[in-house]
Amino acid sequence: MSATLRAEGVTRSFGGVQALSDCTLTAAAGRITGLIGPNGSGKTTLFNIMTGYEKAEGGQVYLDDSRITGAPPRRVYALGVGRTFQLTRIFPRLTVLENMLVPAQKGRSGRAHRDHAMELLGFTGIAAHAGALAGTLSYGQRKLLELSYVLVSDPAVVLLDEPAGGVNPSLIHHIADRIRDLNKAGRTFLIVEHNMDFVMGLCDRVTVLDSGSVVASGPPDEIRANPRVLDAYLGTGPGDD
Amino acid sequence: MNRRLLTVGALLALAVVVAVFPLVFTNPIASQYGVITLIFVIVASAWNLFSGYSGYLSLGHAIFYGTGAYFLAVAAKDWNLTAGAIFWLLPLAGLAAAIIAVPLGLVALRVRRHTFVVITIAFFFIAQLSASNLSVTGGSSGVLVPVPNWDPATYNNPFYYLAALLAAGTLAVSWLIRRSRFGLQLRAIRDDEDRAAGLGVRAMPVKLTALVASAFITGMAGGLWVYFIGQAIPQFVFDPLFDLAVVLMAFFGGLGTIAGPVLGALVLEPTQQYLTSTETNGYQSQILFGVLFLLVILFLPRGVLPTGAEYLARARARLAQRRAAPGGGPASQPATGDAA
Repeated sequence: MSATLRAEGVTRSFGGVQALSDCTLTAAAGRITGLIGPNGSGKTTLFNIMTGYEKAEGGQVYLDDSRITGAPPRRVYALGVGRTFQLTRIFPRLTVLENMLVPAQKGRSGRAHRDHAMELLGFTGIAAHAGALAGTLSYGQRKLLELSYVLVSDPAVVLLDEPAGGVNPSLIHHIADRIRDLNKAGRTFLIVEHNMDFVMGLCDRVTVLDSGSVVASGPPDEIRANPRVLDAYLGTGPGDD
Repeated sequence: MNRRLLTVGALLALAVVVAVFPLVFTNPIASQYGVITLIFVIVASAWNLFSGYSGYLSLGHAIFYGTGAYFLAVAAKDWNLTAGAIFWLLPLAGLAAAIIAVPLGLVALRVRRHTFVVITIAFFFIAQLSASNLSVTGGSSGVLVPVPNWDPATYNNPFYYLAALLAAGTLAVSWLIRRSRFGLQLRAIRDDEDRAAGLGVRAMPVKLTALVASAFITGMAGGLWVYFIGQAIPQFVFDPLFDLAVVLMAFFGGLGTIAGPVLGALVLEPTQQYLTSTETNGYQSQILFGVLFLLVILFLPRGVLPTGAEYLARARARLAQRRAAPGGGPASQPATGDAA
């Protein structure tokens, strides 16, 4: 169930803009790793490269010891890496349950596939909406649906791009609890998030990106106190509180 | 349960109406309308099971229709087949169209949206020009199909009932696909192809299979049509208005639904037949259809059936709210927030 996802020396540019330069990040097996940084620091680009949605110009991506650099998203997903998107990408004209049945499932078909999907919808708390069109869900419910269908294939590593972004506070706690539950079962998480309370309260380690480079990496308390992080990301010096 | 009963009842009623139509309306003109309309039910449903489900709007289905038509005409002539024996060529006509769909799909399905539409149009004109210039298709004079020596009073009936059978089969296939995992993958591709591919859907084989299935059915319909009218002529067999009519039917009834294209064909094709036969200027019916196309796209972009269903659902919700608040006061809104 658990696996380590690692990016080593990843580089990527768009036109004249260097989105990522020599970027190294490890989402350790069975841990929750946070990835933070100001807007435009390259977090989503790194996510896209690690999950095959974009190609790296340099560097490698590994899942445990297997090199998966440049593998298409379908292959990355089949290897056990699931992800969500900053702007949710559900299938709006399918029902919630149908959304759950789209992902490929190993060893399950028909009734078992359906039962597993309903079980996951129950776990994330949106089973009551199973028959509704996904496009009618609220933003927070869409986030939960996206998390649910990523879990359908039992991925070893889950990448969440701003799971708490635009979600009301009560649902943020619900999402955090579900992530903890899944992590206890052994899943590795890599989370991009701007909500600092969410990240610091949930993650074992946090990596900070700034202008496409890793500026710090460590436990939340250490990151909170890191002057370079405060300066680059939070925009305050250590004594500004 | 009530809805299921209603659907079964409606289908049975429709089947009875279709079955007795040529017995009640014995005028050959009426049964001719019936044959052509049923052929468009087949074609619109076949188009929908690819384009409606996948979101790839094809304006080149006339290629498959024409391929089926030419295959049947040429095969019947070359193999000296007559009367009922020609009907046995229909599956082969479908197969010929399906074979054509494979290379076409492998090229066209690499692109999306408007680019896909443009490529299908380009393929259509290649096919039309080829049919006009190749010797196997008889060039611009086309190919004559052997005419069966049947009683004129009931001449149309075998065509009519075969068209009805094919229409029923097409609807069954459309229903099965929509309920299947394959259909679910097609509809996921329609909503977000990249995301579907990222979740393990093999988009290209799924799209290609749907296109080939659609082409097979369309080819059979083309074969039946050409046998009915008796001659394959390039400008009628590869007619750009055919594609527009089929698309309009699907949009009118409801794109991506099972019943929508059927409704579109049942309403629009007899109307077109009637207008074409009664108007002194044949182009007036085409102008009317153009205007109708615009109106549908502007005011009913989702089609009559989905719009009607939405209207009914809203009316039911309003009624339920009124019942929940018998004093006439504002009813409490259903929870739509983020609470899970």
